[in-house]
Amino acid sequence: MEMTRNVARQLGLGSRIVAPAVVFGVLNTAALVAEMWLLSRVVADVFVGHDHVATVVPLLSLLALTLVLRAALVTARDASAGLAAIRARGRLRRRVIDHLLALGPAYARGERTGELVAATTEGIDRLDPYVSRYLPQTILGLAIPLIIAVAVLTQDWVSATLLLVTAPIIPLLMILVGSYAEGHIQQQWEALARLSAHFLDALQGLPTLKAFGRGKAEQATISRISHDFRDRTMRVLRFAFLSGLVLEFITAGAIALIAVTLGVRLLSGSISFERAFFVLLLTPEYYRPLRELGQHRHAAMEGAVSGNRLAEILATPVASPQPDNGVPAPAGPIRLELDAVSYTYPGRSRPALADVSLALPVGTRTALVGRSGSGKSTLLNVLMGFLTATGGEILVNGVPLSTIAPEEWRSRISFVPQRPHLFHGSIAENIALGGPEARLDEIEWAAELAGAMDFIQSLPERTTTLIGDGGARLSGGEAQRLAIARAFLKDAPLVLFDEPTSNLDPRSETLIRGALERLTQGRTLLVVAHRLNTIYTADNIVVLEEGRLVEQGRHADLLGSGGAYSRLHGPGRLVPA
Amino acid sequence: MTTVVRVLSFLRPYRLRVLAAIALGCATVAANIGLVAVAGYLIAAAALKPALLALSVPIYLVRFFGVTRAFLRYGERLVSHSVTFALLAEMRIWFYSRLEPLAPASLSMHRTGDVLARMVKDIDELENVYLRVFSPLIVALVTASAVAVLLGVFNLWLMLVAIPFLLLAGLGVPLLGRALAARVGEDLPHIRGELSAQAVDSIQGMQDLLIFGREASVRGRIAALERQSGSVERRLTRVAALQSGIGDFLAAGCATAVVTVAIPLVTTGRIGGVYLAFLAVMTLATFEVLQPLATVFPLMDRTRTSGDRLFEIADSQPNVREAAQTISAPLDIDLEFSHVSFAYNADMPPVLDDVTFSVRRGMHVAVVGASGSGKSTLLSLALRFWDVDAGMVKFGGADARQLTLDAVRAQISVVMQEVALFTDTLRNNLRIARPDATEADLLWALDTACLGDLVDRLPDGLDSWIGEQGLQLSGGERQRLAIARALLKTAPILALDEATANLDPITEATVLSQLLAAATDRAVLLITHRLVAMEEMDEILVLDRGRIVERGTHAELVDSRGAYWRLQEAQNELFAIT
Repeated sequence: MEMTRNVARQLGLGSRIVAPAVVFGVLNTAALVAEMWLLSRVVADVFVGHDHVATVVPLLSLLALTLVLRAALVTARDASAGLAAIRARGRLRRRVIDHLLALGPAYARGERTGELVAATTEGIDRLDPYVSRYLPQTILGLAIPLIIAVAVLTQDWVSATLLLVTAPIIPLLMILVGSYAEGHIQQQWEALARLSAHFLDALQGLPTLKAFGRGKAEQATISRISHDFRDRTMRVLRFAFLSGLVLEFITAGAIALIAVTLGVRLLSGSISFERAFFVLLLTPEYYRPLRELGQHRHAAMEGAVSGNRLAEILATPVASPQPDNGVPAPAGPIRLELDAVSYTYPGRSRPALADVSLALPVGTRTALVGRSGSGKSTLLNVLMGFLTATGGEILVNGVPLSTIAPEEWRSRISFVPQRPHLFHGSIAENIALGGPEARLDEIEWAAELAGAMDFIQSLPERTTTLIGDGGARLSGGEAQRLAIARAFLKDAPLVLFDEPTSNLDPRSETLIRGALERLTQGRTLLVVAHRLNTIYTADNIVVLEEGRLVEQGRHADLLGSGGAYSRLHGPGRLVPA
Repeated sequence: MTTVVRVLSFLRPYRLRVLAAIALGCATVAANIGLVAVAGYLIAAAALKPALLALSVPIYLVRFFGVTRAFLRYGERLVSHSVTFALLAEMRIWFYSRLEPLAPASLSMHRTGDVLARMVKDIDELENVYLRVFSPLIVALVTASAVAVLLGVFNLWLMLVAIPFLLLAGLGVPLLGRALAARVGEDLPHIRGELSAQAVDSIQGMQDLLIFGREASVRGRIAALERQSGSVERRLTRVAALQSGIGDFLAAGCATAVVTVAIPLVTTGRIGGVYLAFLAVMTLATFEVLQPLATVFPLMDRTRTSGDRLFEIADSQPNVREAAQTISAPLDIDLEFSHVSFAYNADMPPVLDDVTFSVRRGMHVAVVGASGSGKSTLLSLALRFWDVDAGMVKFGGADARQLTLDAVRAQISVVMQEVALFTDTLRNNLRIARPDATEADLLWALDTACLGDLVDRLPDGLDSWIGEQGLQLSGGERQRLAIARALLKTAPILALDEATANLDPITEATVLSQLLAAATDRAVLLITHRLVAMEEMDEILVLDRGRIVERGTHAELVDSRGAYWRLQEAQNELFAIT
């Protein structure tokens, strides 16, 4: 598999970016022809013409000059190809990250994140050999043999014909052998992938294996599988190396053939030694780019895999295109009205949200309940502008949300997720996400209100303690209190809150409840609720079922109606008076 | 250097194959040089217009080299790769055998999943040590020396003029690379790591970033890191380009120098003019074997880093060892903790503090408490993944430390909090617990764990592949599979650590009651923070910061309105179904 021209251009990896490398490569070949011509002249003058050193000194000095020139050209060729690859990768990485940010969290969620991280880091790095080696070679692989063939043609048309005739055989046979080998290689591939996974499994599952008394027995399995792995790999390689064998065989055979023909024609006197030696010196150079092209095929295939994935990411259309001249989001308190809002995920037929009509008056608390998959997260994503409603309308203080620029709108919202992401950095930096210019005392004030100060005080370096990947580990309750602190610092009029589904330790539980109480004073709140206390005290409980709003009202009213809410609520519950 | 030597020492059983690979490598290079060099001689000799018969030997040699070069190269690649993969296989087997006694206690200072994945990559990294370091070095040394000697046979001056060029290309160019690039190159993994961490933050934390309008700062940070790594990479690229430019120059330069020195020798008749072309072409071709050496140093550094990481772990000592004299397995099946105290690290506060309890045949005991209260540590001590600091863990009255590790582990069947499944068939994943289990046993275990329908859903039933490379199971399915596996093991004690945390409440209750019914003649230890099926427990222990703060039956503990009651209240606060 290779990267198509279209994909390459889309990624900014068209041949144009290696144009300087190609130019230097072509110049180098021209200089190489000159070098070989000078060398053959010197040898011929001494051997055939019986010249002394003194007479060939001009030629030798010219030769030395060419060598220096070639060293410079080779350096320039390799450097410009490498630099082009570095530039292209940097550009591409920025583009992909930008696009991912535009696609938003609705695209980059769940198990996909690991794969996306790999695509934007290692995936892009893997394009390096593709750009720096394979890409220039696709042009030079044609240009260099052509230049050399022309040079040989000026001296000896017989050899030139031999060169031109043998060249096409190489790719032809390679394709033939390649496709024969491909079948065998594919067969082994799946087995190989499984075997290599087994080793990682065994290491990670060691405690389990030991607990079952299988730790030692597994050693025999590892040994068997490792040897099996080796044998299978060798079987694959036996075929994979075949195309190399064909390539080498034809080039070496062609060199031998040309050498012997030249020898025989020298005997008959139909060619001079000087010309014959020049042709002989150039012959290996004629085949060299073809050999190198074969070596870089691996880079091409690896690059194609990452390249195609990146192109796919970039081709994903952004769900909410930024309105060109969005109106500013209304200042002050926020009132939300949802009028028959629907959303259907691309490629699905069933809507995730269907005709949801709902009002969130200023300063009220609304609790959203429903089973998982009932559309609660979709509704949050639509409200935050990460998804654009496919039907209906959302009004912000009477202004349609679709006319407000998403970034502008998000500046008016605070969101406290169930599992907030902790960024690699200090506690203070993590809280300051909610106000980048915040002073330390403001950060501490927010942490205090969020009930986070008590655990921050117990950390070795308090607000400067590093958290996130490789830093101190925080419990779920502690992480959520940091997210609440972010919300205090941001001070937005609309608060969206996703309550934890699981047990928290009793202390976190109490602190979060108190913090939430303070946070929602004077603000409009929508909470995806999992805790009875939150639900009982809400101004309005909204019940979602399969994307539809089936019921709304206060706790007592809903329970009395005996509908969906009372079924969700369960029979054996204690109901507060 | 010692690390590299130690890695290579794993090749000792494959001595002959290594020799064969090197011999083939040298022969390939010889054929390559021979082909063009003899061709040079051939046309020079032909120019003198001798009888065709006089040319038959060079013609034959040219054809011979032309045909054999490809096959020698093919053979060399096969043998050298088989040597490499043998090395990797030996390393994997050896490494596992070293790791087995260490896990998990002596590995706890390393972060698990990530480190293990890295070790797999580290072993793969050793692929280079033979293919791109050892073998090219030896082949280059042998062939370059041979060519130098051959030049010396023609005339000592030719050898003397060639040697500096050969040394510069083989040694000088790699050293130049190291001098110019090694220091900056060291920064690169660090910057790459930062870049990757930043990518993780910006993709996994995207929701938080966008809500707080921090896109610009992410872009800025990534651009800054990109600039940093770009400047290092540009330097490395320029150095590598310079190396190949100089390498090319040295090759052609050496040929020119050899010809220049040879000219007066030819004119004075000390060397036949017919050999001039031969000498020029041979010298030129020799340098091809030196060019791969440019990357030897960075590859050697990578080998060293990977090797060091592996050896560091493999050389550490297990902290749980078999007693010098062990007693035979106990007859009774009681598990007893007697005044057990334990800390993972002497500097840290104890995880368990004076814990005493026992579980007897037919008895069901639950240990409850918030996360971090020390519940899981009880299991690690019972399995002797660690040994107690004070007090005693006893099986049938005997100190666990006096039993063999195998005997201890034969006593307990566990479901661990982190379920490990293996990339293998469903059948083999279950059979880890009992290798001789019949089909009926397997189906019974799956049914009891409420997973009977899985077999029907899977394309190949019990023989379907699961795990990373196979079918992905949900968290709940994984847990139920682990429970089925634990049920299969014929151990008298069954221990479950948060084994039903990913199940919905209804399935959770069903699984637990079926499991307890199936284990009436076993001792069951249930570790959990969710209070489910507590009414069926003979004793409940409430653990708080390593101490047992309450114990009794469900009814007793609810009545006393203490820590247990508070846990239950917190749980009741959760809305039923989500």
